[in-house]
Parts: sequence; C-alpha cells; structure tokens
Amino acid sequence: MRLIDYANPTRFLSLSAALLPWIVGVTVVLFAVGFYLVFFVAPADYQQGETVKIMYIHVPFSWLSMFCYMTMAASALGTLVWRHPLADVSAKCAAPIGAAFTFLALATGSLWGKPMWGTWWVWDARLTSVLVLFIMYLGLIALQETIEDPARAAKAGAILTLVGVVNIPIIKFSVDWWNTLHQPSSVFRAGGSTIATSMLVPLLVMAVAFTFLFLVFHLMAMRNEILRRRIRAMRMIEAAGVE
Amino acid sequence: MLGNHAGFILASYGLSALVIVVLFVWVAVDGRAQRRQLADLEARGIRRRSDRRAEGGPE
Amino acid sequence: MSALTSLFVREMRLATRVGGGALMGALFFLIVVTVVPFGVGPDLNLLARIGPAILWIGALLATLLSLDRLFQADRDDGGLDLVLMGETPLELVVLVKCLAHWTATGLPLVIASPLLAIFMNMEPVAIGATTLTLLVGTPALTFVGAIGAALTVSLRRGGLLLAILVLPLTVPVMIFGVSAATAAVQEPVPFATPFTILAALGLFAMVLGPIAGAAALRHAGD
Repeated sequence: MRLIDYANPTRFLSLSAALLPWIVGVTVVLFAVGFYLVFFVAPADYQQGETVKIMYIHVPFSWLSMFCYMTMAASALGTLVWRHPLADVSAKCAAPIGAAFTFLALATGSLWGKPMWGTWWVWDARLTSVLVLFIMYLGLIALQETIEDPARAAKAGAILTLVGVVNIPIIKFSVDWWNTLHQPSSVFRAGGSTIATSMLVPLLVMAVAFTFLFLVFHLMAMRNEILRRRIRAMRMIEAAGVE
Repeated sequence: MLGNHAGFILASYGLSALVIVVLFVWVAVDGRAQRRQLADLEARGIRRRSDRRAEGGPE
Repeated sequence: MSALTSLFVREMRLATRVGGGALMGALFFLIVVTVVPFGVGPDLNLLARIGPAILWIGALLATLLSLDRLFQADRDDGGLDLVLMGETPLELVVLVKCLAHWTATGLPLVIASPLLAIFMNMEPVAIGATTLTLLVGTPALTFVGAIGAALTVSLRRGGLLLAILVLPLTVPVMIFGVSAATAAVQEPVPFATPFTILAALGLFAMVLGPIAGAAALRHAGD
C-alpha cells in the first residue's frame, strides 16, 4: 500500500480504529517500564542529585516539541505539494498537541532550573529557543483559528509552517550566538554524549513512550477532525435542503 | 528517596500529568461530541453525497 | 521590466499621496523612542547603553505595524486579482512591492534614526553603526513581514496577528542587528562578524519573503 491509499478518510478511520488499542497498549507498557527505570533503577546524578529525574520528562518534551513541528512540516508539504486530503487534518491536529508539549518542556525546564540556577528562568540558549518555538506554535494556532474557510486556513498554516522550518535552524543558531555573547559560561549542560548508560536507557524508554503518547493523541484528534468536517458537510447539505 | 528537591520533582511530574490528562479529556470529550452529532444527523436521515451515490442515487 | 518599474512608481505614488501614510511609520518610531525614557528613567548612561536596542525595537515595531495594508488595499480594489492573472511572476511583484514599501516607510526610519540616537545620548560611532545596521536590517524585516502580510491578506483585522506571526521570525535579524550596533562601541566582538551575518540574513529574507509571500497570495485567492 502506498501513502496515497490512506488518503481516503473512511479507510483512515477504520484503519486507525483498528490500530489505536494496540498503540495505547504499547504506550502503557512503555510508560510502566519507563517509570520503573526512572524511579527504581536510574542513579542520582553526582552533581545534580535527584533533580536529574526531571530530565527524564524534560528531554522527551523538548524532543517532542521538535518532532511535532517536523510532523506538521511533513503534513504541510503533503498539503501544498500532493494536496493529500488527510495532510491538513494532520497538521491542524498536531498544533495544539505540540504547543502543550512545548509548554511542558518550558515548565519542566523552569522547575529543573530553579534548584540548579536559583532562579525560575534564565535566558539560556536552549530555553530561549524553545520559548520562540512555543510562540510560533501559538501563532500557527491563532492563524488557523482566525481564517474561517478550512481549506484556506490549512494552506495558510502550511506555508507558515514551512517558513518556520526554514527559519528554526537560523533562530537556533542566532540564539546560541547571542547566548555565548552575553553568558560565557552555561551551567546547564545535560551533556549529549557524556551521559552514562544507566541514565541513557531510561531516558530513551521515556522518549519512545512519550512519542507513542503523541501518536495516540494525534490519531484521536485526527479522527475527531475528520468527523467534524463530515458533520460540517452534512449540515451544509441539510441547510441547502437537498433531501 | 527524592532528596531535598522533592518538591520540584513532584511539581514537574504533577504538572506534566495534569496537562496530559487535560489534553486527553479534551480529545475524548470532543470525540464523543462529534460522534453524537454525527449519529443525530444520520438519525434525521441526512446522508453525505458519497453515501447516497453508494446506495444508487437520491431517492 | 517596464511592468515592474511602473508597479514601483505606482506604489511610491500611492504611498506618498495624501492618506498614503508613508511618514506615519517614522512618526510612530519617534513616539516609541520618546516613550522609553519615561519607562526606564532619564539616566543618560543607561540610555546610551540600551540606545541601539531601543532604536532597533522601535524600527521593528514601526515596520511591522505599517505592513498590514501591503496587499490588503490591492485585494480590496481588485488589483491583486489582475496581478495574479498577469504574466509577470508573482514573486517579482511581491519583491517590487516590498522594495517600494521599504523605500516609502523603511528608509525614513533609517534617516530619522541618527536624530533619535541623539535623544538616547549615543556616541557618534554608535550612531553611525546603528544607522548602518538599520539600513541593512530593515529591508530584511520588510521581506519577512511581507510573508505575514500575505498570509493575513483576507482577514479584516490582520494587523495584530501579522505581528504575532512575524515577530518570532525576526529574532535573528534583531539579534545580529543589535549585536553589530553595540559591537562598534564595545570590545568583545568585532563589528564585521555580526554585520556580515546581518547582511546574509537580509539577502536570505529577500529570497524567502517573495517566494513564501507569493505562495500565500496564490492560495488566498482560490
């Protein structure tokens, strides 16, 4: 089966209905394993102590904030290039979920920062980029809520998403540059390669678990959106009196 | 077991759980509302164009 | 090319006639800069230090607020449909419209900035550097803003939404603009490093803005 075969919303509805219980099951198992590893197996960091436990949710949230945007970007390409009928449903439904995860990345980062830095917020390069990303999510949602016609809103949102994708690396680079200019020493170094295996495994399990959680929400929201459009079309038929 | 910063750890896990539960409830309630409206419309005999075509055109 | 030249002339005429509002941006710029000392206090040393940032923020806001009518007026009078059906590539039309808009509203900001810098108690070197960065940076703001203007063209009140959509995208221009302006008077970085990156961002926006703006205008029509 090619991707275009899933373009039929009815087929998508039946397929997703069959898949959803399995995905939910995998998610639950992954979270059970992940929480066990985090709270009973993973060691405390020798510098940060037990606060490192926040990392096991903070890092997956920031990973998801990017992953969700990339999903939207892929959907935006699907909308603009292939005019895939499910692509704009996918993009529209991913936006609020992505915004929620980005918010959680900011909130947990702040809660992690308070014991580490002594303040709730520092203009750290990473936190600042995530904040800009969060504003971009809110802007996208605002744009889609403001344009009434769904097809037009989807196209405008797709263009803005792609412009955002092109700009995100530039924003990241400039915020990093700006940060080194103003704060030469960054305290916050959740080191990518220096992390120990005993911490990496729980982190990876949690990251996969949250990705599956995103998948569950995304599929559920997409099903709702398809039904909503169907209802909208039926209301129009009813209003036109074609019966 | 959580050390002297237990409050921060619990707060971040609690907040995450709260946001995720709210997200879940929102999606679930929305889904239920859509299904109810759809059932309501179908009960009143309103069909989509594709359904009618499948049944051999409008009666 | 004559079609684009006449478009440029038309845009300039529309902007400079009565009700065109070309100088409104410069006036807004003046007011933003005047209001800042009331907020932070009349400490001249502080003002001299944050002066480049204030001028940049003022220019950013003035540019964004003047952009919401960039395509809307054409849409209202039907001119946009003619352009969409015409043979001239829409990307070039957007580019020329942006250039005309910048000449009418962005250039006055750049010209006014040395005068406003005196209010901020800035040194002559800093004044020169800030004016130069604004000269290079404001076109980038216009081009990026044009994307937002094209996306919100069909909305009755797109002004605020335009600013929300575009402001995150202007963060790099802002960072390197202010950095270059302050680097001219402070030691850590040479002026040329952020300034060349600012110029690169401007050139990049010059490509991205017309392409994305034209795509948004095409999809707003159908």
